[in-house]
Amino acid sequence: MAVTGGLLLLFVTAHMVGNLKFFFGAEEFDGYAAWLRTIGAPALHHEWFLWIQRTGLLLCVLLHIGTATSLAVRARRARPVRYRHRPAVQGSYAARTMRWGGVIVALFVVYHLLDLTVGVLNPHGEHGEVHANVVADFAPERWYVTLFYALAVIVLGFHVQHGLRSAFQSLGRGDARTLDLVATGYAVALVVGFLAVPVAVLVGVGS
Amino acid sequence: MKLTLRVWRQKGPEDKGRMVTYEVDDLSPDMSFLEMLDVLNERLALKGEEPIAFDHDCREGICGMCSLVINGTPHGPERATTTCQLHLRKFKDGEVVDIEPWRARPFPVIKDLVVDRSAFDKIIEAGGYISAPTGSAPDAHAVPVPKPDADRAFEAAECIGCGACVAACPNGSAMLFTAAKVTHLGLLPQGQPERDSRVVDMVATHDDLGFGGCTNTGECTVACPKGIPLDTIARLNHDYLKAGGKR
Repeated sequence: MAVTGGLLLLFVTAHMVGNLKFFFGAEEFDGYAAWLRTIGAPALHHEWFLWIQRTGLLLCVLLHIGTATSLAVRARRARPVRYRHRPAVQGSYAARTMRWGGVIVALFVVYHLLDLTVGVLNPHGEHGEVHANVVADFAPERWYVTLFYALAVIVLGFHVQHGLRSAFQSLGRGDARTLDLVATGYAVALVVGFLAVPVAVLVGVGS
Repeated sequence: MKLTLRVWRQKGPEDKGRMVTYEVDDLSPDMSFLEMLDVLNERLALKGEEPIAFDHDCREGICGMCSLVINGTPHGPERATTTCQLHLRKFKDGEVVDIEPWRARPFPVIKDLVVDRSAFDKIIEAGGYISAPTGSAPDAHAVPVPKPDADRAFEAAECIGCGACVAACPNGSAMLFTAAKVTHLGLLPQGQPERDSRVVDMVATHDDLGFGGCTNTGECTVACPKGIPLDTIARLNHDYLKAGGKR
């Protein structure tokens, strides 16, 4: 759980930082996307690194879901008779929403891939024209897409907040107060970084 | 004062069990929660009804015998307090109070609010001990212990094994209890010989008994009447990974 989550978080962080290249204009952003396909060259063929990375990420996602499912199954078995009275609010919101939050993030990733990787759900949908795709995607008249992205990213933020804290704890590092601070700070930075691009397009930057 | 209690009644391990409502009046706010149940039981006995079975012993908050999930919270609404040290002044006059037993598969209900907590003894048997030579006890100051270690070990040793952590955990995990023992013994020089086998065996027994896995939600430490901190679990994980590497 902790190890696969950590690897996924490393990717998500790199993804967020890469997204910020959007603000340097179409040429640089598209150039960055093209460069991603040449990593490892000439040792690796065009896009080979990308596919190795995608395989690794998929493996991480499957293992992450697998371990999460086994924990959920064990939890259900451990309490066959439920409490009649259980207060609605117990513990942190992030900790309570890990399972359904994870499902929402997974569904979002599927939509996100169809939208900006495959391009079938994107109004522009041209490979290589990343900047134009993004601008078309978050256009003001498609505000509902931007809203959906924003919600999904916030859910991801909550997931990361508890996940990061929990991963450190699982790997044997645990000064609770420091961990809380680090995890919350990290999650907020991630959410702000991811929201910067859609919000910028919504208010007219880059068009 | 007056309270409306909804209490879990279950005749025996095979009975399905149900919540039964009791109106209890003429109560003093200075009564402890268990005294209130004593009063109710006396009245039930006078009426020829079966008294409510519940666990209790020292009534000083140190033995770990009392339990009860009160309005969804193990040991009731007051932080770091056992049920026996909880007083009725913490409740409003006329309040409806739900009382349930610890709920976890490894803690089967024996009767009403009494559960069998021998699963904890099995975890202790798996490694919650030190090897000590027989003969007269050595001088207390013969083995030096750094003060911060002694303090942390003592903090973990405060665990009274009541099981509130399991009752509170959404996963039904006993990791806080297990971690308290691993931390308490693992920090002291006397606990070093079995440090690796202790953590591995105790966690294996914990899992075999049917307790759930820890997801670090922190519910346990909030419910714990002794305030065992969550980072004891980080310490257990640290020792567990280290022990695994040596095998």
